[in-house]
Amino acid sequence: MDNPTTNFDVLVVGAGPAGIAAATRAAEGGLKVGIVDDNAASGGQIWRESREEHTAEAKAWGDRLRSARVLTLFGMRVFDQPRANVLLAEQHAEVRELNYGKLILATGARERFLPFPGWTLPNVVGAGGLQALVKSGLPIEGRRVVVAGTGPLLLAVAAYLRKKGAKVPMICEQASWHALARFGVGLLRFPGKISQAVMLRRDLSGIAIATKSWVAEAHGSFKLESVTISRSGNLERLACDYLACGFHLTPNTELPILLGCEIRDGNVKVDDFQQTNVMGVFCAGEPVGVGGVDAALIDGQIAGLAAAGRTKEARALFSARRSARRFAAALERACRLRRELKELPTPETMVCRCEDIPYSRLQQHHSWRAAKLHTRCGMGPCQGRVCGPATQFLFDWNPESVRPPVFPVRVESLASTTAEQ
Amino acid sequence: MSRQIVLRVNGAPVSVPAGVTVAVAMTIAEQACRTSVTGEPRGPLCGMGICFECRVIINGKPHCRSCQIVCEPGMDVRTNG
Amino acid sequence: MGGKIFDVIIVGAGIVGAACADECARHGLSVAVVDRDVIGGGATAAGMGHIVVMDDSEAQFALTRYSQKLWHSLRAEFPDDVEYEQCGTIWVAVDDEEMTEVRRKHDFYGERGVATKVLDSRELRALEPNLRTGLTGGLLVPEDVVVYPPCAARFLTERALKRGAQLFTTRSVIGIAQGQVALSDGSQIMSPRIVNAAGAWAADLTPGLEIKKRKGHLVITDRYPGFLAHQLVELGYLKRAHSVTSDSVAFNVQPRRTGQILIGSSRQYGAEHKEVDHVILGRMLRRAHEYMPALVAMSAVRTWTGFRAATPDKLPFIGPWRGDNTVFVATGHEGLGITTSLGTARLLADAITGKTTEIPIEPYLPSRSTKEFAHV
Repeated sequence: MDNPTTNFDVLVVGAGPAGIAAATRAAEGGLKVGIVDDNAASGGQIWRESREEHTAEAKAWGDRLRSARVLTLFGMRVFDQPRANVLLAEQHAEVRELNYGKLILATGARERFLPFPGWTLPNVVGAGGLQALVKSGLPIEGRRVVVAGTGPLLLAVAAYLRKKGAKVPMICEQASWHALARFGVGLLRFPGKISQAVMLRRDLSGIAIATKSWVAEAHGSFKLESVTISRSGNLERLACDYLACGFHLTPNTELPILLGCEIRDGNVKVDDFQQTNVMGVFCAGEPVGVGGVDAALIDGQIAGLAAAGRTKEARALFSARRSARRFAAALERACRLRRELKELPTPETMVCRCEDIPYSRLQQHHSWRAAKLHTRCGMGPCQGRVCGPATQFLFDWNPESVRPPVFPVRVESLASTTAEQ
Repeated sequence: MSRQIVLRVNGAPVSVPAGVTVAVAMTIAEQACRTSVTGEPRGPLCGMGICFECRVIINGKPHCRSCQIVCEPGMDVRTNG
Repeated sequence: MGGKIFDVIIVGAGIVGAACADECARHGLSVAVVDRDVIGGGATAAGMGHIVVMDDSEAQFALTRYSQKLWHSLRAEFPDDVEYEQCGTIWVAVDDEEMTEVRRKHDFYGERGVATKVLDSRELRALEPNLRTGLTGGLLVPEDVVVYPPCAARFLTERALKRGAQLFTTRSVIGIAQGQVALSDGSQIMSPRIVNAAGAWAADLTPGLEIKKRKGHLVITDRYPGFLAHQLVELGYLKRAHSVTSDSVAFNVQPRRTGQILIGSSRQYGAEHKEVDHVILGRMLRRAHEYMPALVAMSAVRTWTGFRAATPDKLPFIGPWRGDNTVFVATGHEGLGITTSLGTARLLADAITGKTTEIPIEPYLPSRSTKEFAHV
C-alpha cells in the first residue's frame, strides 16, 4: 500500500515570507520546486490577510510565486522523515511522500506565552492570536481589548484592532522605556523601519502605552472580565472583553531538530548560504533568528538561490541580509524578558494547559525531562509548544530531542511508511 | 457580503457570517470550546492551530482545532465538557 | 581514597532499583540509590506500566503472581499520580487454536488461585466493542492492573528516602567492584553490597552478565474516554515474543486513566540506537489496526522507544553475582519489570539479609545455567 509520491528538486516547508521567497527564487531558475504548508493558503502568520488587506509587498511576492510555477501543497502537514530525502505529510486522511533533492525549512515562529494567574480564562488570547481570530471573522467592533506582553507585534496588533473598531485602552509593554528608546534610536539605521514606525504612531494615537508594565492577573468567572495591570510598581484594574497577550516570538525549530539540524541559543545554525549542518537542508527566516519580514525575505531568497546552485546571486544579497539581521538582533535585545515575569505565577497557576499541571508541581524538578516524566507536563497534544518556552523561561530548563510525529497526526498516517527501502 | 449560515453548537442553532471559523462561531454562541482536564472552560489561545485549546467535536469527530476550520451549514459542533 | 559507606548501594533508580531501595530501607539498612539521569528514566519511563500474571513458565508465574499481590497490597497508599487502575487484561483469541490456548491458560491460572474468565466472541464484543468482529473470544484476567511507572518509581524512592536512604541522581556510575562504586564526578561510595539494577545497561557494569537490549516502540493517542476499558493483548504475543533473534510486533493496547490509548508492542534485538524505526513502527501499528480498526483515525500525539533488559531464558537475574562477592544483581526483567519489581525487591532484600524467601529464589539466581541466546 504505497503512498502517493511527489519528487522535487527543491522542497520548501512553510509558505510564509521566507518560504515564498525561497521557493520563488529556486523555481525561477527552472527547477521543480514545491512549497508545503499546513494552512489553507500561503502567507504564514505575518501575511495572513484577507485579499483586500494584502500589502503591496505580499501581493508582489504572491504573484511572483505563481509565475514561477511553484507547486503549492496547502492544508498539508509535514510530520516525519522516514528516511533521507523524504518527508511525510498528512492531508485529511491521506499521506503524501515528498521526495526532495534539497530542502528549505521556513517553518516560521509562534508566539511565546507566559503563565500568570487567570491566563487560561476564555478570551485571554495571544496578541497575534487575537489578530488571527479577528481575521478569521471574530467580531471585535466596540469591544474593549487590553494588549500586553512584549515586542513590536503588540503595536501592530493594537493598530489593527483599532482599525477594526475595537477600543484599546492600553498597551502594556514589559520592556523598559530605556530598552525601547535604545531600540528606537537603533531604528535610525533602518530608514524603512522609521516610516513604518511613524505610520504606527499615527495609528496608535490616543492609546496609552505603558512600559515596564505587564498583566499581573486576569479575572473572571467563566470568561475574562477584567485584568490587574502592574505599571511601575503600581497595580490598577481595567475592565475588558479581551486580553491580547503575547511575549514576542519563539522559533518553530521542531522539524529542524527532528532532521538533525544543530541548534544554537534556540535558533537553527546556518552558514552564509543558509545551509544547516545537514547536507542539502537549508533554513530561512524566523527559525534562524526571529527578525520579521525583511530578514525572512532575504534569508529565503539566499536559501532558494543557494539550493539552486546560484551562489553568485545569493552572495549579492549578503549585505542586505547583514542589515536585516542587525535589526533582528536589536529586536531580540529590546524584547528581553524581565525577571519579574518569572514571579507572576502562583502555585495554582496552570503552566501546562493540555494536562493541567500547575506551577507548584513543576517547581521541584530540575529538568524538562524530569518534569515531563513525573508530571506529564509537555505530554499533551501541543507537544510542549506552549509550556516548553514558558518553562524554559521560568525554570531555565532546556528542551529535549524531538521524535515523530512533529505534529499530531492520525495513527494510520504514522503507520503508513511504505515497505522497506 | 455577509451571508449568514446556520450550524448547531451543543444542539442549539447558531447563525454566523459565512466564512468565519468554528472558533469564531463558539464565541458568537458564547460558549467555551472545551473543558480542560481539571474542568476549566477554555477557548482559543494561539489562533494559529498549535495550542490545541480550541478543540471541539465536529460531526462526531473529536479533537478538531476550531480556529483552523471554516464553518459549514448544518455542522454539528459539540464541546467535550 | 575512601568514600561514604552504606549497607547497600543500588545502581539504577528505575522501578526495580526503586523497589529494592524501598525494601532494603524497610529492613533498616542504610541505602544509597544512584542514577545517571532522573528517577524512572529508563525502561521504566518507556514501558506500558502493566502488572500482569504470566504463565510462560512456573517460575515466571510464581514471580509475577507474588509481585502482583504485593502491588495489590500497596494500592491504598499510592498517590494519585501513580494512576493505579485495576482495568484487567483480556488475552484476545482470533481462531480455535487460540481459544484452546485460552482454555489452557484458564485452567492453569485456576489451579493456582488466579481468577480468570473465558469469554466467547459475544462476551468479548460486549466488553470491548471496538475490537473487530470475527474474533473467537478471549481470557479476562480481572486482577491485572495498569500504573504510571515513573511516578510509582518516585513513590517507592521517596519511601526509602523517608527511612534515611540517600539519592544520587544525574551521576553516572563508571564502575562497580569490590565494594566500591565509582561515580562520574570522581567520587566514590562504598558498600559490602552493591546491587546492579541498571536494566538494559547492566552488562556495562557487570561484564559477563547475560543481558541484551531489546528495543520496543510505543505510540500514545489523544484522549478518547470510553474507547477502551481493559488492557488487550493478542494471544499471538507469546508466540511472537518468543523468538529471541528476530524483530517482532504484537497487538497490545492499554487504556490510560487520562483516556489516552497506549499502543504497542515491538521487540528488536541488536538495535542500539533510540531513534524511532519507521519500518517496525509501521508494522506495529498495522498489527494494531487489524484488531482495532477504529485506531486508524485517532490522533497520535507521541511515539517513543525504550530498551528492555532481556536474558537468555526470559527470567530475570536476582541474587548474588558469582564474579564479585560484593555485587548483587536485580535486572533482566524484559517486559515484566513493572510487574515483578516488588517481588524482585523482596527476594533481593532476603538474599542480602540472609532470610528465607517467600517464593524459591533458585530459578532467578544469576548462578543458574542459561542457554546461549538462542531460539527457545
